[in-house]
Amino acid sequence: MTIMRIRFASLIDPAFVASAPVHTAIVVGGGAALVSAVIGVFTVMRGQSFAGHALADVSSAGGAASLLLGISPLAGFLVMAALAGVGMELVQIRRARERDLVTGVVLGAGLSVAALFLYLDVTSHSTTGAAITVMFGSMFAIPASIVAPALAVGAGSLLLVALLYRPLLLSCVDPELAAVQGVGVRVAGLLHLMALALAVSLCAITVGAILSTALLIGPAAIALRVAKRPGSAILLAALIGVLVTWAGILLAWDSYDWTPGHGWPVSFFVVTLIFMLYVAAGWWPGNLSGARGTRIETDARRRSEG
Amino acid sequence: MFASFMINTWLVATVVAVVAGCVGFFVVARGASFAAHALPLGAFPGAAAASLFGVDPLLGLIVAACAGVVGIVWLGRRERHEVATALCLVMLLGVGALFLSMTSQYSQSVYALLFGEVLGVSDRDLVSISAVGGACVLLVVLLFRPLLLGSVSAELLGAQRLAGRHMELVFLAILALATAVSLPVVGALLVFSLMVGPACAARSLSSRPGCAVLLSVGFALVTVWAAIALSWESDWPVGFFVGALGVILYGLGRFGTRVRILSSLDDSTC
Repeated sequence: MTIMRIRFASLIDPAFVASAPVHTAIVVGGGAALVSAVIGVFTVMRGQSFAGHALADVSSAGGAASLLLGISPLAGFLVMAALAGVGMELVQIRRARERDLVTGVVLGAGLSVAALFLYLDVTSHSTTGAAITVMFGSMFAIPASIVAPALAVGAGSLLLVALLYRPLLLSCVDPELAAVQGVGVRVAGLLHLMALALAVSLCAITVGAILSTALLIGPAAIALRVAKRPGSAILLAALIGVLVTWAGILLAWDSYDWTPGHGWPVSFFVVTLIFMLYVAAGWWPGNLSGARGTRIETDARRRSEG
Repeated sequence: MFASFMINTWLVATVVAVVAGCVGFFVVARGASFAAHALPLGAFPGAAAASLFGVDPLLGLIVAACAGVVGIVWLGRRERHEVATALCLVMLLGVGALFLSMTSQYSQSVYALLFGEVLGVSDRDLVSISAVGGACVLLVVLLFRPLLLGSVSAELLGAQRLAGRHMELVFLAILALATAVSLPVVGALLVFSLMVGPACAARSLSSRPGCAVLLSVGFALVTVWAAIALSWESDWPVGFFVGALGVILYGLGRFGTRVRILSSLDDSTC
């Protein structure tokens, strides 16, 4: 017991606990992970992983624009993600294949705008690191002033999902049944994309575009391989997301000692942990039959009907 | 614009457009947009890693893109394809973030890799890019029928005793090669626009596959040439123009399809 306590103490550096940037990273990173994991469960079940990733990438155009216009980056990310969500939903598409194509075209449009804004940023403000910051984020450089608005956005996103819980679940499991029961499938889809846009822009501003996709899809995909019910999948995904993010922050802090002079990025650790957990979850008992997805979907249908 | 140092640029751009036009047709036909976006984006840190180890960036790109393909096919066995694609993409990018954090001297080249750079193409680059691009086009020509059959109907392909998974692997491998070729010119984020925009427009104009592939190559050539010319004039990044022209082509394609449907309705009512 004592040995374990000593090991644990050496893993968690006292300076880690005292550092203010670490506090901000833990609060904002944990919040972002929680919100994205919850929404990610719906996103994975609806088969909209690509849309989730695309919203994050497109919102980077907003981040680049805010740098140029001198407005709050959070506003930039939010406006751009919401615009992209509306754009994807407005182009009325039924077939999944075509939907991916429209997502891609919106993504292409957003990225070309991002390219232009970043170019203008680089030439007018000589901020050469802008592309890296937007893409990869920097957990330890989150300004403390952003904590309150970021948490507000996260809370708004969660509230939207809580209000929509049943119709959203029904419309993603069985759109036809949802239509019969009077659930507006299109409205549910649009509101889901809005909640997604909120979560994604919260992530993009705080942890960068790569991590936002990882935190959105990863914990949800792991949880859906293990959990039997949507409710437990959501709780499990949230737990995995938050724990993985905190572990990533801790490991990144410790990595300053492994390679003297510079630390390893948080995103590397978070993504590696998620990937390993995902592969491990494939060996969860019962997963070899491959019928897990349909079981949770039939269960969800039964619950929503009852 | 046509100075001697720009000649290699125009040649490379032409190779890239031909490859992207050919491969893009199958990307659209098979509905593989996410893979076509994820492979370039995931592969771009490969170029940074290659320069860190002092090998040819093209080799780094090919290795990274192939790692992505293996991951997508391996994870995609029992899972929704897009979840597998998303996870492979973030894994590659996570490793890329690690490489980029090792040194800070790549911040400018990261921007070029993400958004495209057309200047400074050496003769050696031209030869290696043409070789890989040629291999890519050759594979597409040789495998034209099975690739197309797989995109139309998986059962039909099964009937021909060609396992659908193997064709998927072959297709993704071709996509990886095409990615490695076009990434340095157009940029990781917009390779995808060059593949999808022209191919969409081509498919809406012609329902015959051979004809549509040729049209798609033609549109891609026009897109790339116009993008380079505009970029030369305005000094804005090539990627911006490629992306914008891709969206315009897609819009024209959808408009064309609607017009065709309306006119066929008119014919049938008359």
